[in-house]
Amino acid sequence: MADRRATPVITGMGVIAPTGIGRNAHWQAVLAGKSGLGQITRFDPAKYPVKVAGEVPGFDTKARVPNRLVPQTDHWTHMGLSAAEDALADAAVDPAQLPEFEMAVVTASSSGGTEFGQREIERLWANGPQFVGAYQSIAWFYAATTGQISIRHGMRGPCGVLACEQAGGLDTLGQARRLLAGDIRLVVAGGTDASLCPYGLSAQLSTGLLSERDDPTDAYLPFDADASGYVPGEGGAILIVERDDEAARRGAPNYGSVLGYAATFDPPPGGSRPPALRRAIEQALADAGVVPADIDVVFADANGNVAADRAEAEALTAVFGPRAVPVTAPKTLTGRLYGGGAALDVATALLALGEGVIPATTGTSQLADGIELDLVIDRPRQAELNTALVVARGWGGFNAAVVLGGPVR
Amino acid sequence: MRRSYSAARFGSQKGILMSKKFTLDDLRELMRSSAGVDDSVDIDGDIADKTFEEIGYDSLAVLEMASQVQRTYSVPMPDESTEYMTTPQLAVDYINEQFEKAGV
Repeated sequence: MADRRATPVITGMGVIAPTGIGRNAHWQAVLAGKSGLGQITRFDPAKYPVKVAGEVPGFDTKARVPNRLVPQTDHWTHMGLSAAEDALADAAVDPAQLPEFEMAVVTASSSGGTEFGQREIERLWANGPQFVGAYQSIAWFYAATTGQISIRHGMRGPCGVLACEQAGGLDTLGQARRLLAGDIRLVVAGGTDASLCPYGLSAQLSTGLLSERDDPTDAYLPFDADASGYVPGEGGAILIVERDDEAARRGAPNYGSVLGYAATFDPPPGGSRPPALRRAIEQALADAGVVPADIDVVFADANGNVAADRAEAEALTAVFGPRAVPVTAPKTLTGRLYGGGAALDVATALLALGEGVIPATTGTSQLADGIELDLVIDRPRQAELNTALVVARGWGGFNAAVVLGGPVR
Repeated sequence: MRRSYSAARFGSQKGILMSKKFTLDDLRELMRSSAGVDDSVDIDGDIADKTFEEIGYDSLAVLEMASQVQRTYSVPMPDESTEYMTTPQLAVDYINEQFEKAGV
């Protein structure tokens, strides 16, 4: 058994997001406050109450996904495969040179392959069962992206998928850490999601949390007095996670480390027990061996619905005190990406730690009553950053928190 | 529930097939449009007697190809088709047998 104290470090990242393809494009857009939100173009949303989403601009499937895999997999897996390839290249890893059973893949997925599934259901209804393709059997499935990445790169260690909605991206880092404490040397973690098709959007509508505003500039205003829900988006980030000692030994890039992690689950709604987000934050800090004053910036979950925003602000204020730590949510530029969302937040937080800049929460201008947060709005804020907290909540009661340390310089 | 496909519905394809057999090139076309072809495989090369596995086709890819034959040509392809279709040449032979049985 390997040394359990080894710290997981992120050595590579592949970003495919509404803010751009590649970590540099994403980071530049985030700093510039350039929004990736707009009218849905993947289908005609005219008949749907939600018309604004964050779509990935210029994703060239044929150029980015191996020929064979295009017809076999969903759009969400296309983006996952492509991000994984970028992340491995970024980490300067050649999987063919590593022992296959010491590499693992753990991604988050919230919707599975809904667009692929919708196409096959249409064939079933229009033409009959013989017209449903064989690949429907594997393409819709939550684990499809993990499986395809594993097969493509010959990674045969323990693989899995975490379906914890928006919290899932953080949970993949928790699972990566467990695996790295054992005999695994490299984990492909993070996630993507893409459910911007009529079937996928209809499923999302059932929560009642999506914004029905048609103007991308005021559709998603977390913590604002005028908050109206959140905007859905597609894409995410894939992260390469390795043990710090192994990564240092091979001279790998170092974007920062996972210092602490915790996940909690909310009690049933309507009861007397409080939501469990605060507990997740406190446990993640304790796990990292830090106190609230050690945290330099918080990347918030930022649901965009009044009650959820207030619950998150209360949890943060209970832990840190009123307006005691800068809080931001650059996901206002992408929308909530579900399985890809928290993974992208981690990528953004690591880039922020590396540059000493807190990106802004765009759109939000007037904090709602009772939101006692030092929310970074309008423009990025320069700051001495060593440690960040990333918070995420998934529909259905999932909470997760990760404490990140900055890059080793 | 089984569905039947009328000759009228697939008339044009049947008309073409009446005068020619299913060839290796037809299979190549079918492979391109069904499960896709790996970038590293020269589909136009000498593939007739290679196993499907050698050209990057797993059992699901062969199954998808078989159902594509069924959809495109309206020829029934039984579930056990994939057991006989282990190389492109054997697949072409098997598909032609199915054409004959169906009277196309």
